[in-house]
Amino acid sequence: MTAFLSLPEAIAQYVHDGDTVALEGFTHLISFAAGHEIIRQKKSNLTLVRMTPDLIYDQLIGMGCARKLIFSWGGNPGVGSLHQLRDAVEHSWPRPLELEEHSHAAMAHAYAAGAAGLPCAIFRGYAGSDLVGKHSNIRFIECPFTGERLAAVPAIRPDVGIIHAQRADRKGNILIEGIVGVQKEVVLAATLAVVTVEEITDELHAPSPNAVVLPYWTVSAVVLAPEGARPSYAHGYYGRDNAFYTAWDTIARDRESFLSWMREHVLGDRK
Amino acid sequence: MASEPVATTTYTAAEMMIIAASRSLRNDDICFVGIGAPSAACNLARLTHAPDITLIYESGTIGTKPDILPLSIGDPELCETAITTVSVPEMFQYWLQGGRISVGFLGGAQIDRFSNINSTVIGDYAHPTVRLPGAGGAPEIASCCQQIYVIMRQNRRSFVPQVDFITSFGHGTGGDARQRLGLRTAGPSLIVTDLCLMRPDSESKELIVVAIHPGVTREQIMEATGWPIRFADHVEQTPPPTDGELTILRELQTRTAQAHSDEKRDHS
Repeated sequence: MTAFLSLPEAIAQYVHDGDTVALEGFTHLISFAAGHEIIRQKKSNLTLVRMTPDLIYDQLIGMGCARKLIFSWGGNPGVGSLHQLRDAVEHSWPRPLELEEHSHAAMAHAYAAGAAGLPCAIFRGYAGSDLVGKHSNIRFIECPFTGERLAAVPAIRPDVGIIHAQRADRKGNILIEGIVGVQKEVVLAATLAVVTVEEITDELHAPSPNAVVLPYWTVSAVVLAPEGARPSYAHGYYGRDNAFYTAWDTIARDRESFLSWMREHVLGDRK
Repeated sequence: MASEPVATTTYTAAEMMIIAASRSLRNDDICFVGIGAPSAACNLARLTHAPDITLIYESGTIGTKPDILPLSIGDPELCETAITTVSVPEMFQYWLQGGRISVGFLGGAQIDRFSNINSTVIGDYAHPTVRLPGAGGAPEIASCCQQIYVIMRQNRRSFVPQVDFITSFGHGTGGDARQRLGLRTAGPSLIVTDLCLMRPDSESKELIVVAIHPGVTREQIMEATGWPIRFADHVEQTPPPTDGELTILRELQTRTAQAHSDEKRDHS
């Protein structure tokens, strides 16, 4: 059965030090509330997986929760660098960060392979790129039918997948709308899946028979977390706060201003 | 475009670059749009001479018609104005890998004489001087789209003899390097900068200047290029921006700036 938990309960129960955790959300429905709870509970030694680390991984990395990052684009979209990520890579602050770097195509295929229960993903990619050889998880195979050389990457199978979604019904069925990214794939690929939602309603009211719905039996826990994606957005609920994304560039550029922002806005005395 | 009046007001080199880039797109293009300058150029094309162009962003939005320029590749505006929005695996599997895209429009931090693009690191990979955001969709955009246009400001730090890191393969070491890798697409075929337009030489694939923007000299271009840049036998002059192009671009940028600076909230 799907558990309905508070955010602190869900993170305490499902996320453990040393886990491989994927908080997804491709520039939409980013799990900021869940990420902040991971920071408050001082989880450590995590291998963080995410196509676009975004500000939430900048915060997790800057607060020392991560030992490794598997990613494909580590910037502040349209603004510039993720300064805490850069500080970790360039100066090992607050701790060294191992990188396993991919392209979007590779990670998208790897999530799909994870959802499909396959050991690896095969695709046409990485031709001529220097990303090849930077770690052992980009390899090539020959198509047994045509002989074409194709790229292969291992399936992504996180210990815990965490996503934010618009709503759940009281059984725990989940509705996702708008830019759906890899939300479905990460839930199906993960051993355990936690979904934070804007609201829980009696009926799901999926707008179309083809809506993106995750049946309750694919989800370990549902957490009510209104506005849990801010400053990212939830299609149909609130917009993306682009001004904050821009402001983050200044906040995160300096260690002291970063820590002071985190103390005030995330650690604070809120629960 | 040719019949429109030439701009009576002054314009910046950045505006010239975006306008020149927008002119390269056709009404029937299916265009995979990178964020930043490519996005501005592609939407300007849609708002001027190419109203039916299909713009696709890697977030899965197909046929999007944003009224303001998105800050990220996944702004709500893109999804709300798209014909359809597909998942990210579907975007990369079917639409990009499937060979459906006529033009991929990319930017980057560094480009070299054979149009290889670096958006990963400056310096050594293990100990970078500058850690850049990384590949994103670019490596497979560069290999799967029928051709690639690149838009980048030109200076000696960005136009280098050899990139520090090949994120996206252009023409490798030149000649038939793409064919030798098994690539069947054309790769980079046009580079638009704030000074000029370049295209790869048909044989060697080395970039050569084919058009120079108004008021720019050959010396400026040589000064801003990290290798001895060559010029085509017949170098054209880029037509200056028209009043129409400038007005539409500036209105787009004003709307965008306004929308993105709306009230900041407390995100705790």
